[in-house]
Amino acid sequence: MRLKTAIKTLVGVAVAFGFAVFMLWVVSGFGNRQSRIKDVTSKGILLLSNGTEPEDLDPHLVTGVPEHNIISALIEGLVSEDPKDLHPIPGIAERWEISEDGKKYTFFLRPDALWSNGEPVTAHDFHKSFERMLTPSMGSEYAYMLYSMKNAEAFNTSKIKDFSKVGSRVVDQRVLEITLENATPYFLSLINHYTWYPVHIPTVEKHGPISQRGNKWTKPGNFVGNGPFKLKEWRLNDVVIVEKNPTYWDADSVKLNEIHFYAIDQANTEERSFRAGQLHNIYTMPLGKIDRYKRDYPDLIKIEPYAGTYFYRINVTKPPTNNPLVRRALAMAIDREAIVKSVTRGGQLAANFFTPPGTGGYTSRAHIPSDVEKARNLLAEAGYPNGENFPKLEILYNTSEGHRRIAEAIQEMWKKSLNIDITLVNQEWKVFLAAQRQIDYQICRAGWIGDYVDPNTFLDMWTSWSQQNQTGWSSEEYDGLIREASRTQNMKARLELFQEAEAILMDEVPIIPIYIYTRVYALHPSVKGWFANILDHHPYKSIWLDPGEFMQK
Amino acid sequence: MQTIPVLLTVATLTFFLLRLAPGGPFDDEKVVSKEILAAINEHYGLDKPLLTQYFEYMGGLIKGDLGPSFKYPNRTVNELIAEAFPVSMELGFYSIMVALMLGLGIGLIASIRPNTVTDYVPSSLAMTGICLPTFVLGPLLILIFSIHLQWFNASGWHFQSDKILPALTLGGFYAAYIARLTRGGMLEILSQDFIRTARAKGASELRVVLFHALKGGVFPVISFLGPAVAGLIAGSFVIETIFHIPGLGRFFVQSAFNRDYTLVLGTVLFYSFLIIILNLVVDILLVLLNPKLKFES
Repeated sequence: MRLKTAIKTLVGVAVAFGFAVFMLWVVSGFGNRQSRIKDVTSKGILLLSNGTEPEDLDPHLVTGVPEHNIISALIEGLVSEDPKDLHPIPGIAERWEISEDGKKYTFFLRPDALWSNGEPVTAHDFHKSFERMLTPSMGSEYAYMLYSMKNAEAFNTSKIKDFSKVGSRVVDQRVLEITLENATPYFLSLINHYTWYPVHIPTVEKHGPISQRGNKWTKPGNFVGNGPFKLKEWRLNDVVIVEKNPTYWDADSVKLNEIHFYAIDQANTEERSFRAGQLHNIYTMPLGKIDRYKRDYPDLIKIEPYAGTYFYRINVTKPPTNNPLVRRALAMAIDREAIVKSVTRGGQLAANFFTPPGTGGYTSRAHIPSDVEKARNLLAEAGYPNGENFPKLEILYNTSEGHRRIAEAIQEMWKKSLNIDITLVNQEWKVFLAAQRQIDYQICRAGWIGDYVDPNTFLDMWTSWSQQNQTGWSSEEYDGLIREASRTQNMKARLELFQEAEAILMDEVPIIPIYIYTRVYALHPSVKGWFANILDHHPYKSIWLDPGEFMQK
Repeated sequence: MQTIPVLLTVATLTFFLLRLAPGGPFDDEKVVSKEILAAINEHYGLDKPLLTQYFEYMGGLIKGDLGPSFKYPNRTVNELIAEAFPVSMELGFYSIMVALMLGLGIGLIASIRPNTVTDYVPSSLAMTGICLPTFVLGPLLILIFSIHLQWFNASGWHFQSDKILPALTLGGFYAAYIARLTRGGMLEILSQDFIRTARAKGASELRVVLFHALKGGVFPVISFLGPAVAGLIAGSFVIETIFHIPGLGRFFVQSAFNRDYTLVLGTVLFYSFLIIILNLVVDILLVLLNPKLKFES
């Protein structure tokens, strides 16, 4: 009896106590809300939503854009880019010399370039970093970005074991010489990519084997970089915080004090947080909000052309799509304008060609026209007049509302104009990737973002040796043109070769281009020094915050 | 104890089921060359025969080593779980507190005068709570309290005030169930003889309800708590996504999409262990409250 009463009393007291604590906690919550956007802005702290949690902050291991956004604050390469038009400007290298034949670049590092631990940045750092990137045991998925360097591919694929044969040479502490396989006119833009960034080798070695995954050097407290900011805090799946780096050679130009990168992967969560005054941007505008922002907040929403193409891959190894007439008919029967105007509605550009216009001064002359009459005739010529006896075709896409809507629109267009029946199949991302890689599809949705500003990053995908092809298509003539372009120094001649190549692509249609991407996002007006460009790169050195501007709700 | 065989079975089944799903951790839109893929697979031991990988994993498991994450090269699964779990636990704890306070409160009020207004209003509220999914309730609360009233942040888990809306959303859902269970349990107890005796003896209504009836009335609630906590764990993913909370739920679901085998295995095992322990605790509580149960097991 006594025990029972005691327990009851105890429980009663516990509940009452718990309730009191709970109320205290609730009440204490008011008042210490995160500083509103005004406060952070006046302190020079930029709050950015960054899409997803970065896989890592090691430039030799990652492949994504969110990673680039953070790493480019922490590390600088030989060459940097102008924030307005992305042309190459000095980075760690204060100047460079290019040989007559365009194959040898000599970089002169600035004497005041320091790592965040005070040590000078040397040519040796870059040299060892290239070696690390290309060492097979590292398993760097992006190693191919360095293949323009002489023998880099051979070393990376274990055909040669001696790194001294690779085209990187330390002339002295501050002079680095890089030898290329071919004259690569876009080389200076290429090496702005994080795959060419240096890491502080002694720091890496301190925390594990230098050319292996699982090294802990990127953790806060261990990380050493040479960029405008240094790593302050990293709360997993939450936020990465960087603060101004006083040892950066151009620290005087850096106006921001801190940047917070939030790993918010749901567009709606970001949008709500932006409206609640917690962020300076919305990284990805939720599809359903685009019209509303265009109408009510036109000064906040940004719609900018992006170096990427949305397209469909076609499996050219099996009927009926092994017939180029069929492929051309399918491509011509799509009303691309209708898709970008009514389905995607994000200011995208209808694409009758593959390479985004203006990429490195190149705009494709070859077009695959949207012409329903011609499409019908082609289908008849191929043996399926008015869609008679046309076998079942499937469009495969990875599960997503946006892809589904586009596929449905195309399904309807093909039914109406060609009288053929298409089924739609969606698969989860990894399953979809596996199917695409094994060419286990008939038509599948695809997208490609350029790695650098040159048509080569779009057109060399369709060579017979490219891993990215995945259509079963190849053409000796096409291969030859791309190969020759990689050896041609004269820009005009080179672009002409690409024109010819793209003409073949648009004639044989192993891929159906649909639209050129845009980046649709939102930016708070207090963020200055942020310019639109097709790679969506916003060097943090030129960004500053103006507390004078505030959102009128 | 059945715990060890259960966990070993879960580990084995999950290990092999995971490998059946097409697509691997290193499949990406920018296709990787065969040589690079070989190097990566070698590093993680993915090139060894499946059975060898299984035994190596189990060997590590016995030592408490859940392996490296495939998606996050500089993290181990142990680290990831250690950092994310306390967050989920905190969210879960606050949610249970909210669920109990609201649920017991509403259920008690509803049961005092059944089939009158003081019953209909709270019961309808409870029904709405059950029908309203968390991904509707959450954004609704954010719209009202964050965006319009500006009392709280719309996302994050940094300040104390950040934790209120998520706890209300997740807890609110279970509060509704608890309210109905409490009402039902209380009504059953209140109709029994010993209650009439207490009233006849002159005990005040408050004393009758709180001292005599409550202990029996909450019985169904406590039985419900075991599976409810499991549900809270699963539901936390939605809350964590809506409110950008760095908990284990998000890692769990993302790791499946990423085919991060070790992280999936680690979280599955962790959750299994948790559910087993929690069910044990609930069983003990129930026996403490009603010693008769001891003989029924």
